[in-house]
Amino acid sequence: MSHYLSLILFTPLVGAGLLLFVNRRHESVIRWIANAVALAGFAVSLPLWFIYDRTSPAYQFTERLPWIPSIGAEYFVGIDGFSLLLVLLTTLMGLLAMVSSWTAIRERVKEYYICLLVLQAGMLGAFMALDFLLFFVFWEVMLVPMYFLIGVWGSANRLYSAIKFFIYTLVGSVILLLGILALYFSYRAQTGVYSFDITAYQQFGFDPAVQWWAFLALFIGFAIKVPLFPFHTWLPDAHTDAPTAGSVILAAVLLKMGTYGFIRFSLPILPDATHQFVPYVAVLCLVGVVYGALVAMAQQDWKRLIAYSSVSHMAMVMLGLLALNPVGITGSILQQINHGISTGALFLLVGVVYERRHTREIAEYGGLSAVMPVYATVFLVMTMSSIGLPALNGFIGEFLILQGVFVAHKVWAAVAASGIVLGAAYMLSLYQRTMFGTVTNPKNDGLADLGGRELLTFAPLIVLAVWIGLYPKPFLDRLATSVDRVIARVSPEYGPHAMVECGAAPTAETAKTNPAAAFLTAVPCGPDGKPLPQPGTGAPR
Amino acid sequence: MDSLWLIPLLPALGAAVNGLVGIRLFAKRTAGAVAVAAMAAAFGLSVLAFVRLLQLPAGVHEINQVLVDWLPAMPLATHDGPSGILAVPWGFRLDPLSAVMLLVVTGIGTIIHVYSTAYMAHEPRGGVARFFCYLNLFCFFMLTLVLGNNFLVMFVGWEGVGLCSYLLIGYWYGKTPASDAGRKAFVTNRIGDWAFLLGVFLIFFTFGTLDFRAVQEAAAAMPVEAAGWGVLSTIALLLFVGATGKSAQIPLFVWLPDAMEGPTPVSALIHAATMVTAGVYMVGRNAVLFSQAPMVMDTVAVVGVLTALMAATIALVQTDIKRVLAYSTVSQLGYMFAAMGVGAFAAGTFHLLTHAFFKALLFLGSGSVIHALAGEQDMRRMGGLRRRLPITYATMLVGTLAIAGVPPLSGFFSKDEILFRAFLENRIVWALAALTALLTAFYMFRLMAMTFFGGGRGATADAGSGRPGESPAAMTGPLIALAAGAVLAGFIGIPGALGGGNAIEHFLEPSFSASLPVVPPAAAGPDASAGHAAGGAPASDGLALGLMLFSVAVAGLGIAGAYRVYVQRPGLAAVLAERFAAPHRLLTHQYYVDALYDATVVNGTRATGRALAAVDRRVVDGTVAGASRLTVLGAWVASLTDRTLVDGLVNLLGWVSQEGSFGFRRLQTGLVQNYALLMLVGIVLFVGVYLVVR
Repeated sequence: MSHYLSLILFTPLVGAGLLLFVNRRHESVIRWIANAVALAGFAVSLPLWFIYDRTSPAYQFTERLPWIPSIGAEYFVGIDGFSLLLVLLTTLMGLLAMVSSWTAIRERVKEYYICLLVLQAGMLGAFMALDFLLFFVFWEVMLVPMYFLIGVWGSANRLYSAIKFFIYTLVGSVILLLGILALYFSYRAQTGVYSFDITAYQQFGFDPAVQWWAFLALFIGFAIKVPLFPFHTWLPDAHTDAPTAGSVILAAVLLKMGTYGFIRFSLPILPDATHQFVPYVAVLCLVGVVYGALVAMAQQDWKRLIAYSSVSHMAMVMLGLLALNPVGITGSILQQINHGISTGALFLLVGVVYERRHTREIAEYGGLSAVMPVYATVFLVMTMSSIGLPALNGFIGEFLILQGVFVAHKVWAAVAASGIVLGAAYMLSLYQRTMFGTVTNPKNDGLADLGGRELLTFAPLIVLAVWIGLYPKPFLDRLATSVDRVIARVSPEYGPHAMVECGAAPTAETAKTNPAAAFLTAVPCGPDGKPLPQPGTGAPR
Repeated sequence: MDSLWLIPLLPALGAAVNGLVGIRLFAKRTAGAVAVAAMAAAFGLSVLAFVRLLQLPAGVHEINQVLVDWLPAMPLATHDGPSGILAVPWGFRLDPLSAVMLLVVTGIGTIIHVYSTAYMAHEPRGGVARFFCYLNLFCFFMLTLVLGNNFLVMFVGWEGVGLCSYLLIGYWYGKTPASDAGRKAFVTNRIGDWAFLLGVFLIFFTFGTLDFRAVQEAAAAMPVEAAGWGVLSTIALLLFVGATGKSAQIPLFVWLPDAMEGPTPVSALIHAATMVTAGVYMVGRNAVLFSQAPMVMDTVAVVGVLTALMAATIALVQTDIKRVLAYSTVSQLGYMFAAMGVGAFAAGTFHLLTHAFFKALLFLGSGSVIHALAGEQDMRRMGGLRRRLPITYATMLVGTLAIAGVPPLSGFFSKDEILFRAFLENRIVWALAALTALLTAFYMFRLMAMTFFGGGRGATADAGSGRPGESPAAMTGPLIALAAGAVLAGFIGIPGALGGGNAIEHFLEPSFSASLPVVPPAAAGPDASAGHAAGGAPASDGLALGLMLFSVAVAGLGIAGAYRVYVQRPGLAAVLAERFAAPHRLLTHQYYVDALYDATVVNGTRATGRALAAVDRRVVDGTVAGASRLTVLGAWVASLTDRTLVDGLVNLLGWVSQEGSFGFRRLQTGLVQNYALLMLVGIVLFVGVYLVVR
């Protein structure tokens, strides 16, 4: 098991290497191999869900090898609850993106699949890396294949968008690297050890002045990736011109790099600076929530609209982190997964009609409910998931975020919650303009409904959306100890073991002072600090 | 009945069967049968659950069941520090209030499902299955709303019914008004939900729990906020704003009239009997909390009664039969809120119950009329249908008498109870409510007169040859059943003044009061326990009887007025409309509220969106583009500098050395004599300079 993460990490790279040896004319062989590798990548990662120890606060499945000993850089990978969910999201969305490209890509097939597989490895590496330099390498590795995906297989304005994406995020990367180096040398100055070890950084108290500058540098690097207002304008262009699979990966996984960066690095490594920056960043988030939604409302292009909805949703995710309490952070992580599911699905859905009609202009559509009823149903489910309808996944994330933010700052929650009103407005308007009405454009008359392969790509996303909506406990349980660790750094007032498995049963005395206590469903603790088995309930824990 | 959660689950299963299989495979009849069976079974279970509730030992008034953890325990600070725990179970609770709602939803729901099998029979096959899928799904969410034991489970139902309402209003999605109305309903509701959610956040922050009962107990332990605005008032106000969205009150009522674009059974079930009463139910659910916030209670009462009056006046001039009923529903919901606002929670719930019967009946009756006239909804093109649709006429007449408050029909008892309680609590609310009662009787008989009396006009006349006939049994049967309910439902709430025991009030009482009387009664203020006065105190019996006679007189006056204007002198209405042109125009335009909202909020938001999109392109992205242009410019300058200056220097150096070397080359003659001469000249020069300078 000790090389388990490497196995997951290198599976796509091995596949990419394999493809190099296949003649480019054998397109269907290439497709089969690429899809098989993606499926294998997902299959290999899936056991993580089961064998991940949700009670352990430590990084798990760690592997550690010297990489560049002279500067203290290591090949050091490992996962906690955050990366567990994001790694699984990556392998799943990678697979779905791959499957969705089956008929959409007809040129340079071999290069396309190699790009997708390398991209996959880059993303997985970034989520697993526990060495700051290694993280940075993977962070940069992602950039190149994405650049080619947009620039080569994109639509009309692809070169502009690809270069904009590349340079914009590269600027962020450079500043991020400066921040990393500042921490590296500061760590060396105080301990005498050259190390990029994140686990050590997370337990180390950096000098407040260093923290301030490092936070700023990391912030710029991550905020561009999120993307946080006002650094977001590369996103609509990149989304619009990227091929479907590119948009799906971009929305579902790449955007999470930014928020992941905050939760993995900024918050636990720089807790003092975090507290200083929170009010300013929160304002950007609030502006982003409302602004992204309002701008989405004015879009005429299907993909641009969803891209701006991402700006709004990701600002909400960021805001959850800034609550700096367990509920807000848990909600934020879960909402990253939710956003990956629902927005990934929405881009897949646009891809379906784009492949048939080769236009993203909303006005070109209308009345699709009549010709593509199954498609319209899937679109409805994902629209509802995106706008946070209770019983679907988006609600759980938004509720936890907003409840957490409310406790931290009531006005923030009130402003951010307006995003759910605006979200309904622009998404239902999109749904109405494309799905409802009568078919007025004769080109839409004979559109084929979802085929078997397409339905297969949506099935897991729908299942996940409903599962998380109805019973998010398995997901939240896996996050608990990791949230704990971050909370211990940024909000120590929550105590060392913040996550409660059990608590004191309400006594008559507490009931007197707080009558609500009598109704709390706390499970009493046994002598070992573990929850006592409850007679009669038989609830599986 | 050990598993409350089975009750909502049954319609959910029905929806799944129809949605996944039915749309492709089922015949219309099968789809309808599946949906009706699911609802009938849910009704059966509900009755069993109700019986079990009645059999509980004295002092126990609820059955509480937790299915499973929904949100596992997570630490989160509350107002008193970081020791709070956020944990939300999938919990269900049956208590008197939810039991009443449960029976209303499943009972009337089943009847309307039966009616729909005939009403929707002309739709295409897949459409029928889709309709029943949505309708069953609606019942699932509505039952979740009713049975949820905490705010979050209720919110699942709360928004879920909104989704189903959206889908069913837009059932004929090919029609733009229908899909517009669906979207308007959803977004307007979301504005209310925004406030509701904030209320929920504040509830957790204040009480550390989201369980209804726990919140009521904790609220009861806090002082009544009679003198100053406090946290309870804020919570209550936020929740009430949420209720104004769902239950179509001022200022968020505008979606309900448009919702009439949906099929009529939908209007009956969702937009009359059940979903729109969710706001009233929610206020009742939090009766203790609201009672602790008297200022908000006053707001509720005033908003309720103003909505009742406003909607009733608009209903006076509407010509679409369903729109009259829609405004009537808004008005009656206002009545219920007025009741809640004066602390008459039981009376409000009682009216909710009776209204569910007679308004569902009226809607289904109007559906029967529309069905007979092949889709005609304009009352100006109806008339004289009394003989052709005798069952529809008779049942609708029962419904009309009930809503007008004619004894001994159900509406009389519930409305009178509200008026009586309002009279005791707040005379202005009572006066406006009484005026509304007058208008209600008037516009309802106007509807009856225009539809069923007089000669045949328009559609009735057109269809003269085809003789519009009575609807099939699957439609008249439900009408008769609901008519029976509209007659009989009132008898569970006969007031003390008439020798009754007001059974429903005593039954509901435990739901509206805290079980732990922590605060001494003196400080408790106008809480639900004051309700006893209504039933018992013989001193007020005379007053009660007097008010009763007054409201009967008011109803009679309204009926007589409508009879005079629309039956005896059919031209009078037009004359009146002309004489009072300005107010008439105001009413036909619904006080221009829609126009106002469109001009401000709707267009304002859209315009802001467009403006920000332009800002995004020009300014935000413009800055990025500017930075890139600046970089390009810088590169060009650098390249120019590079070519001219930097490279120029290098070239200059090369040129100088090259050119210079031409001169020096001449010196390289290879003749030793020349070199010797040059050396000599040099030495002489050096020495000379040395001597001079020194």
